[in-house]
Amino acid sequence: MTDSSRASTLLRDSSGDPTMTQASTTETPAAIRADVRDLKFWYGKFQALNGVTMPIHDRKVTAIIGPSGCGKSTLLRCFNRIHDLYPGVRYEGQINLAPENINLVEKGIDPILVRLLVGMVFQKPNPFPKSIYENVAAGLYVRGIRNKTEVEGRVEEALRQAALWNEVKDRLTKPAFELSGGQQQRLCIARALAPKPKLLLLDEPTSALDPIATAKIEELMDSLVKDVTILIVTHNLAQAARISKFTAFMHMGNLVEFGETEQLFTNPTVTQTQDYVTGRFG
Amino acid sequence: MAGGFSERRIVATAKVQDLTFAVLGVIVLFFAMAMLATLVADLLIDGLGRINAQFLTDFPSRRPEEAGILSAWVGTSLVMFVTALLAIPLGIGAGLYLEEYAAKNWLSDLIEINVSNLAGVPSIIYGLLALGFFVYGLGLGQTVLVGGMVLALLILPIVVVATREAVRAVPSGLRESAYGLGCNRWQVVWSYVLPSARPGILTGAIVGLSRAIGETAPIITIGALTFIAFLPPSPIQAAPPFLNFDWLNSPFTVMPIQMFNWTSRPQAGFHVNAAATGVLLLGMTLIMNGFAIYLRYHLRKGQRS
Amino acid sequence: MSQTLDEGSTFAALRDSGFLRRGRILARVMQVILFACAALSVVITGAILWVLISESWMFFRQIPLVAFLTDTEWTPAFTNARYGILPLLTATLWAAGIAMAVATPLGLVLSVYLSEFARPRVREVLKPILEMLAAVPTVVFGYFALLFLTPLAKQFIPGLSGFNLLIPGFVMGIMILPYVVSISEDAMRAVPMTLREGAFALGMSRWRTAFSVVIPGAFSGVTAAYLLAFARAVGETMVVAIAAGQNPNLTGDPREGAATITAYIVQMSLGDLPHGTLAYSTIFATGLVLFLITLAFNVLGFVLRRKFREAY
Repeated sequence: MTDSSRASTLLRDSSGDPTMTQASTTETPAAIRADVRDLKFWYGKFQALNGVTMPIHDRKVTAIIGPSGCGKSTLLRCFNRIHDLYPGVRYEGQINLAPENINLVEKGIDPILVRLLVGMVFQKPNPFPKSIYENVAAGLYVRGIRNKTEVEGRVEEALRQAALWNEVKDRLTKPAFELSGGQQQRLCIARALAPKPKLLLLDEPTSALDPIATAKIEELMDSLVKDVTILIVTHNLAQAARISKFTAFMHMGNLVEFGETEQLFTNPTVTQTQDYVTGRFG
Repeated sequence: MAGGFSERRIVATAKVQDLTFAVLGVIVLFFAMAMLATLVADLLIDGLGRINAQFLTDFPSRRPEEAGILSAWVGTSLVMFVTALLAIPLGIGAGLYLEEYAAKNWLSDLIEINVSNLAGVPSIIYGLLALGFFVYGLGLGQTVLVGGMVLALLILPIVVVATREAVRAVPSGLRESAYGLGCNRWQVVWSYVLPSARPGILTGAIVGLSRAIGETAPIITIGALTFIAFLPPSPIQAAPPFLNFDWLNSPFTVMPIQMFNWTSRPQAGFHVNAAATGVLLLGMTLIMNGFAIYLRYHLRKGQRS
Repeated sequence: MSQTLDEGSTFAALRDSGFLRRGRILARVMQVILFACAALSVVITGAILWVLISESWMFFRQIPLVAFLTDTEWTPAFTNARYGILPLLTATLWAAGIAMAVATPLGLVLSVYLSEFARPRVREVLKPILEMLAAVPTVVFGYFALLFLTPLAKQFIPGLSGFNLLIPGFVMGIMILPYVVSISEDAMRAVPMTLREGAFALGMSRWRTAFSVVIPGAFSGVTAAYLLAFARAVGETMVVAIAAGQNPNLTGDPREGAATITAYIVQMSLGDLPHGTLAYSTIFATGLVLFLITLAFNVLGFVLRRKFREAY
């Protein structure tokens, strides 16, 4: 077996028939995709996270909300160790990723392997200066998947998942920069989806987009969550309420409250949460 | 209104001052441009008529009208080939390391100060380095290889600085998304950073090579001969392996040295030859720089859209 | 745990993938190679110092340092050879000084004009022209100085020799002008717009603003430009080697010709210079002096420039 085909067999996520997936999801509603335990994080001497403990439920949208500077993006960026690009950062605690219960933030774990397991979409759409096709295929190439038929199939699949296929299928070789802002962001989502991540991180993915493009992405998340576990940071409370099943409210590096979105927004147990979701501060 | 009057006067004075200075600026500018134009015109008048097939295909001679620059332009081509082959990869490598890899520590600081210091070292000092180290220290002699090496060292800082600037201009979002996809550092650098920085690096490489083409002092210092009446062995041969590297070990001369040599002769006939060589040198460097400027202009336009 | 979670690529599979392992190895190897490229600059500096010092050592074993620094004659080719660097040094400083006398005022006017007066469109046309001026090979400038400007200037300046320090100095001034302008204009443009706005709000003209706000604000950057330019003029070779003559001459008159340090090195290199002789070591001893002078000005310029960059 050639290496690339072996890698692709190893790395293939047999998401299979969507109806099957849905059925199995309903059978196991309580499955946990990632388990965050007492996670602490430092930028140099500054402690940005003071012990966060929360579950990330499988194939659900979990939203992280909170005022600016509360640590919500910091928390999100721990999940694929993107912090490691900058000097002087330090983690303590655990983010255990199912099914192997690998602690993503453990020192001995290669951040590159973490990023191969966990996909990320950034605040500003940042497609590569390449063609639409090359953008989506980029994540496959990194994993050694080079078989043309397979790459083509998975590019199409990812673009369909990101609800972009119909808009770009006739111009896959065109530069990604020719797309509109909203399309670029969906392209970035497709790029993250193509390698079938265990967890998809979205860092305020709609903050740079207009309302129509935003609505499209929110709609997209609804359909995606059948196949993927999504963790999203948003400063838009209404968005969190609309799209997420679970919500975590953070303030000054602390997880103040975590719960089902409906309960957290309508009947929070902590006054601070109530003040924030009703707009009294933040 | 007295106040209005004096305000108006202040405004008027300011305008006169500004105009005066603007005129001064334009005068200085025209002066600089006039020097460049005079220099070009002087060379063209003296030397353009001398450029013909005989001039390009003959070896140097004691009679100015029979002399040519064949060995000089062949030497320049071979030396520049070696220089480009050494300076471009080494310079890009150093620039990439300093921008993408180097941690903030004393070693990176040392390297950084070193590079900017090397940029200011006079070219003739590089010549002394090559004479003492390459020619005698390593025993390489006064060859094409040594000429290419010394010019490569000389333009290395130019390529390094250009690479660093081009790499720094690559948006950090591009890096983050590539790392976010699971690329390792080399993949990020090779597949994303380098392609984006390519035009800027190319500009720097061209500017560096154009400087090397006209550089005379270090080549004189290593003891390159001014009178060469033969060509280095051809790099291509009929028998396998078809490539021949003997030319690297051949003595050589280059165009700026030929020009220097002819300028220093008392006979006016040689001065004409010098001017003709100067026209060719100037033409090459100006075309290379013009191309670099054009590239950069396009690059900037590309970034705007 | 649910079975759906167990599908697909696992951490273990990724960790053991041969493709990824080879990628990691390549990344390591490339990091080492790139580091070697960067470290080469340190090696080059080390090699320069080593060559200059070790070869000069040969020289100073035979010629006392005091004689080298105080003797007023440089006659290594004579039977009664004298090795005083002063004639070479003064000629070097004369030529560089004349270059600075030309480049300083012109550079100041031009950089203020480009940074404060010229419209962006004008600047986009002018800067490439200056770059073209900077691209002219020095040997061409030498030709221009010796065979065009000197004969021309002889008609206006009485007593000007065919080889002299004045004309090459002047040509070097024009030559380093683009360099001065580029660095000091960068420095001036880095002065925050708010400072200028403050001055304009007081009713100052552009001219007054430039001289009372922008130049003081960019002072260390502009000074750095002149220090770096001076180092360049001191180390410049071909113009003086061609047009200033090759005769060591301790003179106070720039209309006379005199060999600079660089011209001397060129002159010796052109002749037959047997390795290991005292004559051979003279070019390294004089080269060391040249290197130390340029190093001092370069380091000073570098420090000032860095300080300036940190300020804004």
